[in-house]
Amino acid sequence: MTDKKMVEALIFSKPESLTDVPTHYCPGCTHGVAHRLIAETIDEMGMRENTVGVAPVGCSVFAYNYFNMDFAEAAHGRAPAMATGFKRVNPDMNVFTYQGDGDLASIGAAEILHAAGRGEMITVIFINNAIYGMTGGQMAPTTLPGQKTTSSPLGRDIESHGFPLKMCEILSQLDGSAYIVRRSLHDPANIRKAKKAIRQAFEVQRQGLGFSMVELLSNCPTNWKMTAEDSLEWIEENMIPYFPLGDFKVHPAIAKSKKG
Amino acid sequence: MAKGRIVVNEDLCKGCELCISVCPPGVIKMAADRFTPQGYHPAELVDPDEECTGCAICSIICPDAAITVFRWVPADKIKSTAP
Repeated sequence: MTDKKMVEALIFSKPESLTDVPTHYCPGCTHGVAHRLIAETIDEMGMRENTVGVAPVGCSVFAYNYFNMDFAEAAHGRAPAMATGFKRVNPDMNVFTYQGDGDLASIGAAEILHAAGRGEMITVIFINNAIYGMTGGQMAPTTLPGQKTTSSPLGRDIESHGFPLKMCEILSQLDGSAYIVRRSLHDPANIRKAKKAIRQAFEVQRQGLGFSMVELLSNCPTNWKMTAEDSLEWIEENMIPYFPLGDFKVHPAIAKSKKG
Repeated sequence: MAKGRIVVNEDLCKGCELCISVCPPGVIKMAADRFTPQGYHPAELVDPDEECTGCAICSIICPDAAITVFRWVPADKIKSTAP
């Protein structure tokens, strides 16, 4: 050992932007990881007093209990519409929505499409776990071909149920969008990349460049009927090949500053 | 090598075992002898040989932000000390 004086440093603790309330999420659900990444980013940017979030309908319907900041609850799928209102009335505020795939890609498909098309200066955190979690594991617009759910017990049949929606690819085609990326939460390295992407999305909003969305591939151990560890492997083996990770649209002003 | 330790908040831990799956020295175990208020077996640090390096990978994957990480560092490189 060296003679240098050593002290015990605090390396990680729960971010201030999260409350001490235990979440209702199932053990191993990456909703908690996504919540923590958003909270850490807001803490680092010092924007907690200046942020308002919009919670969706779905498993994360109680997100307003877990974030230690202003929060509102929107009708099912209507979070981008509500966020549009907040942002237009308070252009200096940091406004984000937190939506699952049933909320954003199914009932809220019109709202998200037009919010992106109008180039609203909001940030959307899109949790894609390929299933409806809260209602009991039914088929979602993002359910993979062949994936078994409670409403497609023989597996999703593309002949009768069609193909999954790839929201990043769709929204990146619109002129109003400025930052559209897909990340995954299946291992620590990808979680770190996801946090950088969330930071970039908030930067895009702060600079008023346009609509920003970060899609996070997530798990649902309960409705996929596997352990938490297996569900993370399932993301890597099945979801990432269909929903490739990457940057689909990055505004040149942000691309220049640093890589996300 | 750096030394560290973790503290698991048993009010938040749900026993999902993800921290165990990623811990490089494998020093996190499930506490089979007790339950959390939510009814799960919590994770705990079992580190008789002081192998924990305070790398914080467990806290990155923990979905419930239940893990607080400490690491021994030289006094001149300190950012925030343990309470």
